[in-house]
Amino acid sequence: MRAVALRRSAVTGGLLARRVSARRRIVDAVARLGMFLAVLVALVPLVAVLGYTVSRGARALSVQFLTHSMRGVGPLDRTGGAYHAILGTLEQVIIAGILAVPLGLLVAVYIVEYGRGPLRTAVRFLVDVMTGIPSIVAGLFIFAFWVLALHQGFSGLAAGLALAVLMLPVVVRSAEEMLKLVPDSLREASYALGVPRWRTVVSVVLPTASAGITTGVMLAVARVTGETAPLLLTAFGFDSIRTSPFRGPQSGLPLFVFSQASSAFDVAVRRAWAGALTLIVVVLVLTTVARLVTSRSRMEVG
Amino acid sequence: MTATDSTGLRPRLARKRAGRRGDLVFRWVAQLSGILILVLIVAIAAFLLDRAVPAFRHAGLRFFTERGWSPDADHPRFGIEALAFGTVVSSICALVLAVPVALGSALFLTEVAPPRIGRWTGYLVDLLAAVPSVVYGLWGIYYLVPRLNPVERWLDQRIGFVALFHSRSATYGRSLFAASVVLAIMILPIIAAIAREVFRQVPSEAREAALALGATRWETIRISVLPYSRGGIVGAMMLGLGRALGETIAVALVLASVFKVDLHIFEPGGNTIAANIATKFGEAGASGREALIASGLVLFAITLVVNVVARGVVYRTGLAAEGRP
Repeated sequence: MRAVALRRSAVTGGLLARRVSARRRIVDAVARLGMFLAVLVALVPLVAVLGYTVSRGARALSVQFLTHSMRGVGPLDRTGGAYHAILGTLEQVIIAGILAVPLGLLVAVYIVEYGRGPLRTAVRFLVDVMTGIPSIVAGLFIFAFWVLALHQGFSGLAAGLALAVLMLPVVVRSAEEMLKLVPDSLREASYALGVPRWRTVVSVVLPTASAGITTGVMLAVARVTGETAPLLLTAFGFDSIRTSPFRGPQSGLPLFVFSQASSAFDVAVRRAWAGALTLIVVVLVLTTVARLVTSRSRMEVG
Repeated sequence: MTATDSTGLRPRLARKRAGRRGDLVFRWVAQLSGILILVLIVAIAAFLLDRAVPAFRHAGLRFFTERGWSPDADHPRFGIEALAFGTVVSSICALVLAVPVALGSALFLTEVAPPRIGRWTGYLVDLLAAVPSVVYGLWGIYYLVPRLNPVERWLDQRIGFVALFHSRSATYGRSLFAASVVLAIMILPIIAAIAREVFRQVPSEAREAALALGATRWETIRISVLPYSRGGIVGAMMLGLGRALGETIAVALVLASVFKVDLHIFEPGGNTIAANIATKFGEAGASGREALIASGLVLFAITLVVNVVARGVVYRTGLAAEGRP
């Protein structure tokens, strides 16, 4: 009888055996309530940020905003938009991806397939440490290295380099996780067919993990798309459309939002909200699609 | 492939050798990329140091005690005392605000809620991390600060005898406290995510043993889950701290830039190392930029130490063996 009651309490987690004293039951209920409230408190800012951004941004967003730059727009003009910034962000993120994704994959392959001993441990540890480098420090690094030491000047490319520094550890970590999930039996089957190790990695291991790796890359892209601080020090900002990322300062969407938000004029703040909404939509769509890709692939495997 | 291999010995050997050469090349490329990570971190320190030296040389030890920031003036004076103070105070306040919520929600989602609900709510909490910091900053100025004003005033009137909660000017708003609240929201998801992983690592035997003894859910958490995951929780908190220390744009927008060392965190004004770089960089001259890089180097050193220690703690608790973040 008691065993049954105990098992029931273990299973449902809610119904406690009769013997539990009132005080313990109350403490348990209070603790559960506290934990539940913590979840609510954690979700309040999410709702508030998204809701407020959507309501302010939707009023300010327009086709004109998405198709015009800030060239020749006076401080009190209601015109002007973020076209130049969207273009800049697109180029900068693509540059960052081109640099960080292959490199990140190689590092992950090294860690999972080849690495051993202290070097592997050191690389893994430093990748983890790298995820904690503040984005402004990555910007300062590229500024000191690319802009000052190599005299390359501010450009979209410099911004891409800084974003790549931030993207690299994220790509490595997620790719590492995914490569580890590939069952060893697949590798062994490939070796048994006489396929060399590197071919096994390229044509068996990586394709098997591709869905998960895609998710990781998308999350990394989403993360760097919203980065403002490094752009300040590398792309610097520019009011007109600059198609080439290789020469001269460029704008970026987060940077555009920051500079408009720092302004005292209402029209600029309106533009900041429109930019913030655009940014948040891009980032959340990337994040959500990335999650759906994983959950679907997981379902197929399971 | 196997068919051609079995036709003769020579092509097979040749292919084997080619495979080995390919293997060697691929292994080296992979290993070099791994080493590049090491090089990158050293390069960050080296290039920042290289550019910071003139500023350090000029300011000397005053770099750590000076409160103002006018590196481009005729008589340049700049130092990070006020900046470092603001950075540390806002980050610690953020941690105090975020940790109970993060741990409470992580416990609820892993220990109390049904797994399906736990997973989906966990995803929602993770979404907080996806919101760009510039959006948090904008939201902070126009949504949060006006709503925090009455809260700060109310607290001041009730417990204002504690300097921490008192504003001598009776004005509130773009204060270190407001910045801390924004920071708390931003570091909450990372602490919660790592805490969830840590709690999931607790072997179910430990929970079942407690439940079998007749413990309530909360008692199970207290006697099996929390002691087992203490190290991981400390690591998660430190990683959150690292994030808060380095956060730039949200603080730069919310905080009214004032250089002061002052524990009245409800009074408007204050500054942090990272936010100061963001706000001063555009107008800075050559020596101003060197001074900013010097301050950035200090920030890099602080966050590096915090992260190394935090990862060390998390690794030691055995999460590393599972390859979890």
